[in-house]
Amino acid sequence: MPMLTLDKVNTYYGNIHALKGITLSIEKGEIVTLIGGNGAGKTTTLRTISGLLKPREGNVRLNGEDLSKYKAHEIVYKGISMVPEGRGVFARLTVNENLEMGAYSLKDPQGISRNMERVFTLFPRLKERHTQVAGTLSGGEQQMLATGRALMASPNILLMDEPSMGLAPVLVELIFDTIQQINKEGVTILLVEQNALMALSIAHRGYVLQTGEIVISDSAENLKNNPTVQKAYLGME
Amino acid sequence: MKKENFIWSAIKTGLLGGAVALFICLIGMVEVFSKRDVVEGVITLGQFVLLATSIIAGLFASKNTSSLVERNKAFSSMVAGVIAGVVTGGMIALFVILGDIVNIRAVFLNASPTLYQLLTFEQGVGNAWVLPAIGAFAGLLGAGYVFLPASVSHPINRGLLVIVFMALFSGLFRVVLINQGPEMEKAAKYLFGQTGLTKAGALIFFLGVILVTLLWTYQGGNVRQGITRLPKGGRLSLQVIAFALIGFIALALPQVSGPFIAQVIVIVALFILMGLGLNITLGFAGLLDLGFVAFYAIGAYTVGLLTSYGPFGLQHISFWVAIPIAVLVAMAAGFTLGLPVLGVRGDYLAIATLGFGEIVRLLAGSDFLSPYFGGPQGIIGIQKPCLGFLEPFVKIDVPRVCNGIELGKPQDIYYLAVVAALLIAFVAWRLRESRLGRAWMAIREDEDVAEALGINLIQTKLLAYMLGAAMAGLGGAIFAALIGSIFATSMQLLVSINVVALIIVGGMGSIPGVIVGAIALIGLPELLREISEFRYLLYGMALIVMMLAKPEGLWPSQAARRELHHEDAAQIER
Repeated sequence: MPMLTLDKVNTYYGNIHALKGITLSIEKGEIVTLIGGNGAGKTTTLRTISGLLKPREGNVRLNGEDLSKYKAHEIVYKGISMVPEGRGVFARLTVNENLEMGAYSLKDPQGISRNMERVFTLFPRLKERHTQVAGTLSGGEQQMLATGRALMASPNILLMDEPSMGLAPVLVELIFDTIQQINKEGVTILLVEQNALMALSIAHRGYVLQTGEIVISDSAENLKNNPTVQKAYLGME
Repeated sequence: MKKENFIWSAIKTGLLGGAVALFICLIGMVEVFSKRDVVEGVITLGQFVLLATSIIAGLFASKNTSSLVERNKAFSSMVAGVIAGVVTGGMIALFVILGDIVNIRAVFLNASPTLYQLLTFEQGVGNAWVLPAIGAFAGLLGAGYVFLPASVSHPINRGLLVIVFMALFSGLFRVVLINQGPEMEKAAKYLFGQTGLTKAGALIFFLGVILVTLLWTYQGGNVRQGITRLPKGGRLSLQVIAFALIGFIALALPQVSGPFIAQVIVIVALFILMGLGLNITLGFAGLLDLGFVAFYAIGAYTVGLLTSYGPFGLQHISFWVAIPIAVLVAMAAGFTLGLPVLGVRGDYLAIATLGFGEIVRLLAGSDFLSPYFGGPQGIIGIQKPCLGFLEPFVKIDVPRVCNGIELGKPQDIYYLAVVAALLIAFVAWRLRESRLGRAWMAIREDEDVAEALGINLIQTKLLAYMLGAAMAGLGGAIFAALIGSIFATSMQLLVSINVVALIIVGGMGSIPGVIVGAIALIGLPELLREISEFRYLLYGMALIVMMLAKPEGLWPSQAARRELHHEDAAQIER
C-alpha cells in the first residue's frame, strides 16, 4: 500500500478551481517530484496535503487514513512536515529558537535534543550560527534552517516547496545532496520544483502538472528523456 | 552637481526655526509657559522654549554648512549659525511689529497684549530689535556647540536636561520636601522656588550632574570592571542590596510623597497592567487591539456592580471576592471578542476591535441599559477594599464596618496596585518563556508556518485575547476601588490608544518596556497637570521623535533589538 495517496483531489481558492482531480501516490522511502510551470498547482497540492487548504472533493490518505478530518495543525502530528515556499523562517528568532519551534509538536526533551543534533550534523553551518538571528542568514542558510526546522518534528514525509528558489547553483547542489541524504535516513520526500532538471536528477519518480491537472506520470529517468518534458521544462529542443 | 550656497541654506533653516517659534507663540504656549520659571529671576520656561528654537536653528545651520563648504568650515559654520539665529529672532520681531500695526488677534486668539509684552520684555515695540540680537547670540551658541568635543558636550547636555526636568517638577519636589520637617524645608526652599529652580538650585544641579558625568566617563569603566570581577557571591549580594533598596523606596514612597504622587503612581500601575495585557495580544501574538479599554471597563463595572452600596449595586460582596470574578468576566469578554475576529488579520482586525471598544463604552453609558449600569450617572458608592481577618468574605452587611485596615486613600491603593503590577509582570514573563509564549511569537511571525508546525491557531489566539483581557480587567477592578465610582465616559478610545502608544514607545513585546513606556507616557504627563493644555502636543511630538530616533522603543525586547541592529546581532549570546 502506498504511504500517501491523493484521490481525485479538487481544491478551490474561492471560485478558482486550482486542483482539478489530482490523483497521485507516494511509496515509503521514495523521492517523488512535482514539476510544472507557474500556476500549475504545485504549491496548492502541498498546501492541500498539509491541511492548510481543504479539498472540496476527493481525499488525501496517509497509510489508508483519510486526513480530511484533521486540521492543519494536527497533520504534523501524523508525521507530515512542510518546508514552505520562500523558506518562511522566523526572521526575528535565532537559529536555535527556529529549530525549537520546529519541534513544537514533540513533547519529550530528549527527542528534541536528539533531533537538534541530527540537524546540526546535516547542516554544520547552522551549528556555527546557532545564536544568530534567522533574518540575517544568507538565502542558502535560511533554506537549510527551514529544512532543519521541518526535520525537527521527526517527520515520515517531508514536503519541500521550491528549495532551490533564489539560490546560487553551488548552493542548490548542496541542498539537493542533503535532500538525498535525508531520504537515505528513511524520510519519504515530496519535492516541488521549477528547476526540473535538478529535481529529476535526484527523484525516483515524477509527476508533471499543468493548470491543475497531472498530464504525465513516470519514472524520473523516463521523464528526463520524454520529448514533451524536455521541450517544456528542461529547456532542450 | 553644484552645492547649495551655505548662506541661503542658513536662511532657510532660520525661516524654519522662526516658523516653529511663531507657531508656539500663536498656540499660546509661550504665554502659559511664561508663568513657570526654569531658573527664577533668570529665565522663564516660555523664554527658554523660544531660545531653544534659535539655538537649535543655529545648530542645524552649522551642521548643514560643514557639508556644504570645503574651506573655512569653522568660520562659515559660525556665520551660518548667526544668520539662522537672526532670521529666527527677526521673524518674531516682525511679528511683534506687525501686531502693533494690525490687529492679529482677530484671527489668532493667542496673539494677546500679554504675549507682546513678554516678547519685548515689557519695553514696547521699540524694543523689538533686541530679538534678532538675542537670536544671533543663540544661533552662535548652537553653531559653536557642534564643534565641542563629545567629552564636553555630553556633560553639558545632561546638565541642561536635568535642570529643565527639575524645573518642570520643582513644585512637586518642593512640596514633598517641605512635608519632611523643618530641616528639609530649608533645603527645599534653597533649591526650589515657587515657580522654578532658584539660582543656587540650578547651579548645584548643573554642576552636580557635570561632576557625576565626568566621574563616570573617567572612572565608570573601572567600576563596571570591578563589578564584573567580583566573585559570584559578591555580585549576588550587590544585587540583593540593590533590590532591597528599591523595595524600601517603593514601600516608603507613598508615605513620603503624599496622596497626589501616590495616585499618579497607581494610575501608572493600572496602565502597566493594561500594557502587560495588550503586550500579550499585540506584543507577543501580534494581534492589534484598538478597543482594549473595553476589558478595563468590564473589570471596573464588574467590581462596581458586585460591591457598590449605590443604587445599582447588585451584591455587596467583599472586594477580594469581586476581583477574581472581575478577572473571569473580562476573560470571558476576551473570548467573546476573540471568536468573531479569529480569521481577521492586520488592519481589519484593528478596526473590528476598535468597534468592540466603542460598543462596550456606548452600551455602558446608554439609556437603554441605564437600569443596570446607571447610564450617564455611572456607578457610585463602590466600597473600599478592607484588609482584616474579621472581614466577611461573601456577604457584607449594610452599612459595612471594616474591622481591619481600610484601603481608602490613594496611598493605600498604591500597595495593592504595585503588588498587582509586579505579580502580573512576573506572570507575563513566565508566559513569554513558556511553550504558549513561543506559539504566540510563531503566530506573530507567520501564521501559516506556525499552523504547519502544529500550533493550534484558534486555541492560541483565543488564549492571547483572554489572558490579555484578564490583565486589563484586573486593572479596571483596582481602578474601581481607587476612584470609588465609575462612569462610561472615562472609558474613552484615548485610553486604548494610550495603551498601544505606551507599548510601542516602551518597546513592542518587552515587559520592562511596558513599565518604562507607562511611566514616560502616562506618569510624566499626569505630573505635568499645570500645562495640561499642551500635554498632547508634547505627547505627539515625543511620539514622532521616538519613532524617528529609537523605533525599537525605550527598552526593546531582544527580538526587536536584533531586528533593528543587524550589525550587532551576531554578537548576541544567549
